[in-house]
Amino acid sequence: MTPATLYGLCSAVLVGAGLYGALVNPQPLRKILALNLLGSGTFLLFGVIARRGAAAGLGGDPVPQAMVITGIVVAFSATALAVALLLRVYQETGRTTLEQPAPKDVV
Amino acid sequence: MSLALLADAALVLLVLGLAFWINAASRAFPAVVGYVAFGLLLALAWLRLSAGDVAMTEAAVGSGVTGAVLIAASVRLRSAETEAPPPALPLRLLALLLSGLVTAALAGLVLWTTGPAPSLADQAVQHLPGLGMGNAVTGVLIAYRALDTLLEKVVLLLALMGIWSLAKDRYWGGIPGPSRIQPTNGALILLARLLPPIGIVVAVYILWVGATDPGGAFQGGAILAAMWLLVMLAGLRDAPAISRPWVRLCVTVGPAAFIAVGLTGFALPNGFLSYPDSIAKPLIIAVESVLTLSIAVILGLLVAGPPERQP
Amino acid sequence: MIAPAALLVLAIILPAAGVVLALAAGGRGAERVAMAVIAGGAAIALAIAGTLWSTGAPLSYIIGGWAPPLGIALRADGLSAFMLLTSALVIGAIGLFARATYVQPAGTPERRAPLVFWIMLMGVWTGLNAVWLAGDLFSLYVALELLTFSAVPLVSLEGKPETLAAALRYMLFALIGSILYLLGCALLYGGYGTLDIVLLSRLARPEPVVFVALALMTAGLAAKTALFPLHLWLPPAHAGAPAAASALLSALVVKGSFILMVRLWFDSLPGIAGDGAAQFMAALGSAAIIVGSVLALRQERLKLMIAYSTVAQIGYLFFLFPLAGAAGDWERLAWTGGIMQLVAHAVAKAAMFMAAGLIGEALGHDRIAGFAGLGRALPVVMFAFGLAGMSLMGLPPSGGFVAKAMLLTASIGEGQWWWAVVIMIGGLLAAGYMFRVLTPALAGGAAPVILAARISRPRQAIVLGLAICALLLGLMPLRPSALLEVGRTTQAAEVR
Repeated sequence: MTPATLYGLCSAVLVGAGLYGALVNPQPLRKILALNLLGSGTFLLFGVIARRGAAAGLGGDPVPQAMVITGIVVAFSATALAVALLLRVYQETGRTTLEQPAPKDVV
Repeated sequence: MSLALLADAALVLLVLGLAFWINAASRAFPAVVGYVAFGLLLALAWLRLSAGDVAMTEAAVGSGVTGAVLIAASVRLRSAETEAPPPALPLRLLALLLSGLVTAALAGLVLWTTGPAPSLADQAVQHLPGLGMGNAVTGVLIAYRALDTLLEKVVLLLALMGIWSLAKDRYWGGIPGPSRIQPTNGALILLARLLPPIGIVVAVYILWVGATDPGGAFQGGAILAAMWLLVMLAGLRDAPAISRPWVRLCVTVGPAAFIAVGLTGFALPNGFLSYPDSIAKPLIIAVESVLTLSIAVILGLLVAGPPERQP
Repeated sequence: MIAPAALLVLAIILPAAGVVLALAAGGRGAERVAMAVIAGGAAIALAIAGTLWSTGAPLSYIIGGWAPPLGIALRADGLSAFMLLTSALVIGAIGLFARATYVQPAGTPERRAPLVFWIMLMGVWTGLNAVWLAGDLFSLYVALELLTFSAVPLVSLEGKPETLAAALRYMLFALIGSILYLLGCALLYGGYGTLDIVLLSRLARPEPVVFVALALMTAGLAAKTALFPLHLWLPPAHAGAPAAASALLSALVVKGSFILMVRLWFDSLPGIAGDGAAQFMAALGSAAIIVGSVLALRQERLKLMIAYSTVAQIGYLFFLFPLAGAAGDWERLAWTGGIMQLVAHAVAKAAMFMAAGLIGEALGHDRIAGFAGLGRALPVVMFAFGLAGMSLMGLPPSGGFVAKAMLLTASIGEGQWWWAVVIMIGGLLAAGYMFRVLTPALAGGAAPVILAARISRPRQAIVLGLAICALLLGLMPLRPSALLEVGRTTQAAEVR
């Protein structure tokens, strides 16, 4: 087994763990955490693919690596926006969960 | 099994153990702390995958800045955290089945394909001298796939506007955060003591990379932001009011410069987002420096959150 | 003189620059920038569509001279042209409509809602045009994120608790969707070393890595498109947003992820998914039509009814997958029909949400039970609402009729009559929920309706104009559109 394969398996498990947590955990903050696990697993898969594409004296294919850098920054922005929304929901309702029926009073 | 592989295996086990902890911990705060550690270990994994640029970004943004957002949120939500019932058993089983299937499929593919993957490394390296650069990842970000990078900057601006949009109308233009932070919060002070050494090590690494090729400066924005945040979170400086002209200028100047340089490319043979051969390097460095400033300020303000006080 | 291909860059960069400029200028500057972008963007869309129409050939632009696979290409085919025109028309109307709401009075401190609205409007447009034009699956990921990040704040723009919760739910769905899509990108890159759509279409073979990637990406995009059963986030989000934003979200934003799915199935990985998968997608679409329409029938609030109708109308789009798969005559008709359904729904739904917004402003509520006699009090708005409704029902002569007739004809022609049955049932159900609103409004109650606010004529005219556009689409001949096939026949030939 090569290190790339090992980290590849790691990414597969991270993706599964993140997906499960995002689907099952009732707390939005924990869903956001799980989504970050899912994202990390996805990025790691890019990394494994990059490593397997090592050539031209580079330790890995720079194209997927650059995509991960873009992806990490986008994932952080998403986390920040989702958390800010959650905090505002909490300010307005005093609750940290989303379990409520569809809005009744919308104009 | 070689010693290096054994170390890799240990690292993977730690990463996975933390992942399960993040999902399973009963309270949010310990789960978030687990996530910060998870991010730092992941940065090590990236180094093991020979991806130094990604390792830096992961440590600074994936673990550091993201951790700051999550920790602050978990602290604010701590008092209201309730035991919400998990979904019904059939739903959980369905979710387990789904995620298990995805993991199995990915693991199967990872084991199935063992040979070298198709790669653009050769092409990426081949054109670097023309750009006057040494770092291929930076070459991809600032030249070959510059459009993605440019649009990602717009994503950052939209995220910042999105967070600001959550302000109450009476606080529009005001200062982020519920109150000026006094240096009393234990968790944050602890973090303020733990993180700077790591941040400094990473910053030194970036300086070192920057000495040999210009690419190092690009990821610097994240580190700068992390340092600025630490200063704010520790209560040493307050966040700026979002109506300040310098704030608006700092967040927009980088993307604006990038777009402007991109448009001047229309005057060159290769068109939009191409750089003239003779001054490619200084031009790229100039764009990167301005971008670094904007990225640092945007990331810092994303963490600071919507205005919650009058200026 | 700008080269025609350079227009592809400008179509994306103009609204992007608008976002940056509006934020830098702040205050009153934001609306001015948005108006300039709307004018320029419309001109660019017209110029691109005109070039494709006159030359009959697709356009492409290689960014920075770096050809794929290392670099990124932008490409405009007939589908791009249709979508560019549709977004320019709908965004233009929404922008003019919203000027009355998102005002920044001179000499006053900057207000939150106007600045956010104008910036997000241009953010959505950047994302949409990037989706229509990007030739690379990772660029399309960034484009999807542009859409998410500008759409979510529009949902919670009014800051009410239920809309904040709806925005958060939408955000979480959208995030899962984009990460699954990105996961598929990783697999495809690992398999073929490129994410360029044209290169992938030549390289991709039916093998495990492609199947897994396609499944993950389709699932992620379906969540973003609110395909049944992943539609739960849509009604509260689209109904809770302010009218101009609802129009933008329902008319255009959900179509972005749908078109990306089309690019994936038909352009990047043609012929990879078997007929079974295509039938499955259309079956989910059918379920969306039935469930969405039935739920629309049961809503007490107008905006929620319209939002559930979006869930239903999105369902029709998925008939594209089994019906437009191959290159025969019926398939070409289905292709035009499916895309026309998308365009007609976009125009009609934008008009309908804006009409609902005016009704809500005028009455101070949007309870359908309180609509008796509204036809006399707001004749123009109700007329526009009815015209837009014709498209949803599929009544002639409307864009919706042309689209549904083409889909219906194609499904019978291809021997897949079961989709025709669903299309008919969907039309009947749509008539049901439309007449539930129109009948009391037109029949009228005994007492005259008391309006809480006056609605200015120009705003009524904008809504009516858009509704008339939805109707005029019905003048299109019932045959495959030549413009829509630009760049398509050659691709089909290449694959074979």
